[in-house]
Amino acid sequence: MLPNLIGFYSLFLGLGSALLILYFAIKNFNTINNLDKRIIFISFFQFLFVVISFFGLIVSFVISDFSNEIVFQNSHTTKPLFYKISGTWGNHEGSLLLWLVVLTLFIFIFLVNSKFQPKKYRILTLLFQQIIIIGFFIFLIKTSNPFAYIYPVPKEGLGLNPILQDPALAIHPPILYLGYVGTSVIFSAALAATTLNYISKEWASHIKFWVLSAWIFLTIGILLGSIWAYYELGWGGFWFWDPVENVSLMPWIALTTLLHCIIVLEKKFILTSWVIILSISTFTLSMCGTFLVRSGILNSVHTFANDPERGMFILIFLFSLIILSIFIFFFFHKNDQKKSIKIFWLSKETSILINNWFMMYFLSVVLIGTVYPIFLDVISSQKISIGPPFYHKLIIPFLIPFLLAMAIWSKLNWNKAKVKNQISLSLLFVCTILLSVFILKKLDIEFLTYTLLLSSSFFLFFTSLKDFFTNKFINLPQNISHFGFSLLILSILLNSLFSSEIITNLKVGESHEINKTKIFFEKIEKRKEQNYLSIVGYFNITDPQKNVKNLEPELRIYNQPNIITSEADIKTTLISDTFIVMNSVKNKDYFNIRYQVKTFMVWIWISVLIISFGGILSLIKKNYAK
Amino acid sequence: MYGRKVKLRFFFIFTILVILSLTVFLVLKSLEENVIYFQSPTEIKTLTEKKNDKIRIGGMVKKNSININSKKINFIITDFDNEINVTYSGVLPNLFAEGKGVVAEGYLKDKNYFLATKILAKHDEKYMPPEVAEALKEK
Repeated sequence: MLPNLIGFYSLFLGLGSALLILYFAIKNFNTINNLDKRIIFISFFQFLFVVISFFGLIVSFVISDFSNEIVFQNSHTTKPLFYKISGTWGNHEGSLLLWLVVLTLFIFIFLVNSKFQPKKYRILTLLFQQIIIIGFFIFLIKTSNPFAYIYPVPKEGLGLNPILQDPALAIHPPILYLGYVGTSVIFSAALAATTLNYISKEWASHIKFWVLSAWIFLTIGILLGSIWAYYELGWGGFWFWDPVENVSLMPWIALTTLLHCIIVLEKKFILTSWVIILSISTFTLSMCGTFLVRSGILNSVHTFANDPERGMFILIFLFSLIILSIFIFFFFHKNDQKKSIKIFWLSKETSILINNWFMMYFLSVVLIGTVYPIFLDVISSQKISIGPPFYHKLIIPFLIPFLLAMAIWSKLNWNKAKVKNQISLSLLFVCTILLSVFILKKLDIEFLTYTLLLSSSFFLFFTSLKDFFTNKFINLPQNISHFGFSLLILSILLNSLFSSEIITNLKVGESHEINKTKIFFEKIEKRKEQNYLSIVGYFNITDPQKNVKNLEPELRIYNQPNIITSEADIKTTLISDTFIVMNSVKNKDYFNIRYQVKTFMVWIWISVLIISFGGILSLIKKNYAK
Repeated sequence: MYGRKVKLRFFFIFTILVILSLTVFLVLKSLEENVIYFQSPTEIKTLTEKKNDKIRIGGMVKKNSININSKKINFIITDFDNEINVTYSGVLPNLFAEGKGVVAEGYLKDKNYFLATKILAKHDEKYMPPEVAEALKEK
């Protein structure tokens, strides 16, 4: 139908404008004139074409045009309108189209926003970015056309996986993509700046905007995915070290490190190689994430189709980009720090350098844990998986010095610094240890790591808290983010130490009592909704303090596709979440019940919001300073 | 003999090397400890010695084999050649049903008896765990 056709041909127009931009950019590169206005103009049209194409797809979804293959496979007439729209990017082809929308939008914003940058640098960034864009265009048109026809036209679609029919998951991909694709601008800009030997303080201050925004979006995108997994998958946790989660964490770690390096580069013009390598690896890791998730190597809710051709294409594309960037790095990057700036061991620079090494260590742990099973499968076809203990064991002990360093070193001055108030800091540390021992009420070897971790996060917590009052506005964004990080570790730790769980199988009318907690399964009620049948279970929970709570978890039996999902019922307070989820066992009277009390759960989300708020504030401050 | 600067640099490089090799050692060691192997019921039958490591077993839930009470659930995993009894108390995914694919994680008590600590949740009815698909395909 019409929107479908418009969308399809609009894609070709977008690809055509990419070639046109290449032509004008190369022509414009060596002339003395300013940047050709036509380039910005065409760049805008390229964005417009892709948006039209994307809208064409959205309209096809809204009107349930089943002559379009992906609408047929991912939609259904009875689906609510909101999920018809979000279904547009709830599949492989549509989500790639969204990638393209953001790619073209960002390069347009970059062109408009970089007026005061050298012309050659702007053009070269544009060229690199267009190479990526063309790659994605070809990938989309050749292997994953979102506008493929089917004939005869089916009467009804197959429906969207119900687990994806959720508000948090409707906005999770776009936000995450803004972060992922933001790193592509950093990548292109870093390559362009290296080629032109333009890595400088000015460049750092200009690219910081992109690093910050990509980082904020990535942080919030991961947070949304995590919140969704918490209430929808019914496992009651927020992070499972699942490969799919890890591939989003890796670019985040690299980007966070880059953010710190950029600040140093802006102030001191050192760590240039770090900045370039991190810019390259951040984008490469984002692409790797797309590759691993899309190629079907990792099986998960994100895997839409297992098509080896797609995996092959992304892999080749990825490798060409890596080879290109390595080539540029080694041939163009001149390490002209011959002046040999002396770095004093106790200074902000050194502390950030040490932070970098810590982050690289965390990154390698996650990378090894994610890639090793794939690697082993390829070379020996042995199937293995790596569980959370691997990550916990390798990451938790190193968090202790990391947190302490964050508390002390991040407050150091540039160049040469002294640790002020040594006595009061050591006193504070002793106090935090006592506080942790008091909270944990246990002191043995097994708890030693936890005690120390708890005290070091308290230490960071209090030092950042103190700074809010003493140096009110100095480094406020940094202080907020670091404060948020300490809060995050604190809440994760207290959450994992103090949460409790009861799992039982119950029939309607039965009750179960253990540890002074009584779970009474009162009744079930059936309701018919738009595209699913809902079974609500009514539970009475009597907790050890004799408070009675009513919780109503739900089972949803979707009509198309015929899948049962569980909707947890969660009562949130500032102290703890009570979480109950029920699952059915087919053809049995028993329901599988999981009841959890999750301490400080809501603070995990709040602390991540605080962390990203620090970034937002820094962005505002930067614009304000202009 | 050597200047202070050279000594310092030497010491610096030495420390980095030590830290690096320690890290590599640590990572490899915990990798070895925490790897969970996947096995099919037939592979379990051919085991010569019983291991105490955590493993994963995959196959189909045998028809009419689920037996549930308030404490635990018993069922049989089969790959149509061999089968193994599984006992589990914990959360069951919604897609867990007789005649469907399943992956159980836990400890082998003997060749016929598996104590599961986790039944892996599957997201999709069309979806078959790749390990299970492969184990069944070999038949």
